[in-house]
Amino acid sequence: MLGSKGIKFDWATIFIYIVLVSIGWINIYSASYNTTSTVFFDFSQIYIKQLIWISLSLILIPFILGVEAKFYERFSSVIYMISLISLIGLFFLGKNVNGATSWYFLGGFSIQPSEFAKAATALALAKYVSDIQTDLKSFKNQIKSLIIVFLPALIIIPQPDPGSALVYVALIFPLYREGLHFIYLLLGFIVAALFVATLAFGTLWVAISILIIVAIIYFKNNKNKPSIFKHGIIAVACIGFSISVNFIFENVLEQRHRDRFNIVMGKEVDTKSIGYNTNQSEIAIGSGGWTGKGWLQGTQTKGKFVPEQDTDYIFSTVGEEWGFLGSIGVVILFIALIVRLLILAERQKSQFSRVYGYSVSAILFFHFFINIGMVSGLLPTIGIPLPFFSYGGSSLWGFTILLFIFIRLDASNYINR
Amino acid sequence: MRKYLFLLIVISTGILISTRLFYLQVYDTSAQISSQNNAVKKIFDFPQRGFIFDRNGKILVSNQPSYDVMVIPKNVETLDPNLKQEFCDLLKITLEDYDRILEKARIYSPRLPSVVVAQFTKEEYAYLSEKIWKYKGFYIQKRALRDYQVSNSANVFGYIAEVNNSIIKKNPYYLMGDLIGKSGVEMEYEEVLRGKKGVKYLQMDRFNREIGPYKEGIYDTIPINGKDITLTIDAVLQEYGERLLINKRGGIVALEPATGEILALITAPNYDPKLLVGRERSKNFTKLWYDTISRPLFDRVLQGEYPPGSPFKSLTALIGLQEGVINTSEKIPCYDGYNYGGNKKLGCHPHRSPLSMVGGISNSCNTYFCSVYRRSIERYPSPQEGMDNWKKHLESFGLGNYIGYDLPPGKKGLIPSSEFYNRWYKYPKYKWYATATISNAIGQGEVILTPMQMVNFTAAIANKGWYYKPHILKKISNIDTISSKYTKRYNTTIDAQYFEPVIEGMFDVYNEGTAKYIQIPDIEICGKTGTAENFTKIDGKKVQLTDHSIFIAFAPKDNPKIAIAVIVENGYWGSRWAGKIAGLMIEKHLKGEITRKDMEAYVLNGSLLEEYEKPYSGKPFNINY
Repeated sequence: MLGSKGIKFDWATIFIYIVLVSIGWINIYSASYNTTSTVFFDFSQIYIKQLIWISLSLILIPFILGVEAKFYERFSSVIYMISLISLIGLFFLGKNVNGATSWYFLGGFSIQPSEFAKAATALALAKYVSDIQTDLKSFKNQIKSLIIVFLPALIIIPQPDPGSALVYVALIFPLYREGLHFIYLLLGFIVAALFVATLAFGTLWVAISILIIVAIIYFKNNKNKPSIFKHGIIAVACIGFSISVNFIFENVLEQRHRDRFNIVMGKEVDTKSIGYNTNQSEIAIGSGGWTGKGWLQGTQTKGKFVPEQDTDYIFSTVGEEWGFLGSIGVVILFIALIVRLLILAERQKSQFSRVYGYSVSAILFFHFFINIGMVSGLLPTIGIPLPFFSYGGSSLWGFTILLFIFIRLDASNYINR
Repeated sequence: MRKYLFLLIVISTGILISTRLFYLQVYDTSAQISSQNNAVKKIFDFPQRGFIFDRNGKILVSNQPSYDVMVIPKNVETLDPNLKQEFCDLLKITLEDYDRILEKARIYSPRLPSVVVAQFTKEEYAYLSEKIWKYKGFYIQKRALRDYQVSNSANVFGYIAEVNNSIIKKNPYYLMGDLIGKSGVEMEYEEVLRGKKGVKYLQMDRFNREIGPYKEGIYDTIPINGKDITLTIDAVLQEYGERLLINKRGGIVALEPATGEILALITAPNYDPKLLVGRERSKNFTKLWYDTISRPLFDRVLQGEYPPGSPFKSLTALIGLQEGVINTSEKIPCYDGYNYGGNKKLGCHPHRSPLSMVGGISNSCNTYFCSVYRRSIERYPSPQEGMDNWKKHLESFGLGNYIGYDLPPGKKGLIPSSEFYNRWYKYPKYKWYATATISNAIGQGEVILTPMQMVNFTAAIANKGWYYKPHILKKISNIDTISSKYTKRYNTTIDAQYFEPVIEGMFDVYNEGTAKYIQIPDIEICGKTGTAENFTKIDGKKVQLTDHSIFIAFAPKDNPKIAIAVIVENGYWGSRWAGKIAGLMIEKHLKGEITRKDMEAYVLNGSLLEEYEKPYSGKPFNINY
């Protein structure tokens, strides 16, 4: 492409990127197309705006690829700092859209800094972990790396944009790859499980179950003279967590968050108000059948039954108009991209590139899983975009930058080999 | 391990999501239905129902616009009490009605339209349409309603009603609130008259607004209007007949013998068809439906079964001649009745004696026909064979079974078979002989016929041995479209030559016999009077009522233009009412005017209402005086 002699970009990744963006635009066209507009190049139309964003991304890509790979490593801290400042700045200069203050308005354009903060955080994390002095076996370094990861998330949560913040959890995976103890993953899993179980069955049943499980483990380990004290502490901690979850759920979370959980837990079946999004989205996807209704033929899409169908719920249009085969095609493309990035990350010589590649893969995976899980009713409603598909310039640019920095890093890794 | 854990999670997630998608899109098909339900709306375009004309092109039934207030329950919002009261006032219903109707509609279907209140007039519509926007979920559906140009013939037209659930289940064409012909011609020719609904599929958005045609309208159909039909009914004759039967119960049916076309089909009491249109429809219908005493919805011509009485004697004569058990010259003596074994006697009225066939018919001698009947049966080795042979002859006249006219089927009547008497007399434990069934000879006994069957055999006599099945449809869309069923000639088992003497006898009935008082200048009528005994049950006891007055006739004698059967319930002897009515009808049809004004005045002013009240008065009463 642009690069000097010997530089080889991973064309497979670029190809998947182009295919995803194209399919995404076709579906945005369908989701936002309306028959009343007769002018083809109508700038008020969402699909035209998205076409402009895509064109700008294609112009942006050579710049990302044209920069020396070393630049990203060297300036990662600066980029991270700028990113944090832009997030904090939202509290003073941000505009409120749909209840979240996550946007800057600049001369007619709106920019969502949290979409760019992901790349910045991944760079900063890669830089810190690849530092010779960093040892993830040390508790102090573990805490430091977790601070790098969760600092942006902590700023984003009160905007409030819990969906965008949640994505930072993805960065636990590269840390684990680089030597973070398995207990962190397990802890994360137990926390999530207790959280869901408490909401589903209530603290009392969770407490009883914990006591039974701990007792079983204790008596099975009889030969090793287990300490009754240790087991007791674990049980009390778990129950304590369950109680605090209950407390947070009832007293800290807002009603809309509670509703979202309740619907996924099947506690409240209300297809008209809060469960409406998920219900409509399931109907749209489900009505696609094997092969779908055809492009521009989706009745749910045309009727705009699924709210946010051109942004977070764009996959419902894919499901309705392209059916099971089309949806599976998109799922396979995403899985292929994520796995391809993993393979690339594993063959990186520099630890910086590897950690960064792993981070890109994990962030894309989280977005993909949470978004499609939400749209298909597997997960509660958590508003995050589907990479390369959802309408929005910040999101598209954010993911393009995130991905192409890694393609640049990978290319320079190739020369060294 | 550290290298592969994430990969493993990614792959498992891919499989999990694929499974979920497979479940949603392929395995569970319910979403396809919900998607159709919330995104596509069907709008029906109702066709005009076909008009109905009489045989001379006079318009009998046309259409008028009517407006139904419909509801789609899932779109209804709870109304605040003031608004609800206002709405109910507008619809002229009570608050309780409103809740009940809405609940019923919801049970039928929350998303399909149901009728709230039907059949508002154009004026009411103008007012309603200004207000209906206030009430979400409600809308006004325009339909065509029947507009009757005449106040008679309700039994011929039949009525139209909203389809009920059992029809909706059987026939997917119909939806709640659709109309269907429920009796008469409206029912028989429902599919011709109705046409076909047009359907428009509209793409809806999430606010339930129409945003354009679904799939550019490729599934849409335009309504096909119903076809107009022309009946064989002569509106003038029909109207006149209904007037003649005012204050009487009974029926008149007239055919054109050469074609089988039904000229008039009158049942009394009847009702004004306009009663069953509009807001008052259901009230009026209930009133008619529950009038179990005069039974206005009961078509006496098609559904009434009566002992035919003396007119049946012409058939007894024909069978006797065909079977060769009597000739036209043999005279049979009558001693005030017929002795049929022991000292059992079937009485006769005074007349000269002995009589040959023509005299037997014109004097209606019971003895003569009992003898002929007995010989016809006893000609065969066993009474069973004799009986079945006799029945075979009668069946060839269209008796004892459905005739097959193009109206709701009515009743079959009864011509008893050998099996019928075997069961009755518990054969072979007990034997029975022709004499046990002797009353059949004179049309009493077990024989029962509908007036339509009576006119059918009269037409067959007029034609000297054949008939076309009676039918009421002449044209569809002004083109002759008579079903081949009605252009097929049905031959009786009696040879043409045997009809002459019977026709002579029937002519003598009019000339010098039991019907001589109804003579009309310049018209040669062949007829036969009948006076039929009949019974009812009062408090479980069998009680005899005044005889039915019956008359069958055709005219003119040569080249008959009309065959007619008249029955006036409890009218006493044949020529007292039925004969006169038949005479007037014949004159009206043949001449277009009435010369026997005296007779007309007698019938028009005559009333039998007192007679009909007798059994319900609770007091003892006299009959036949």
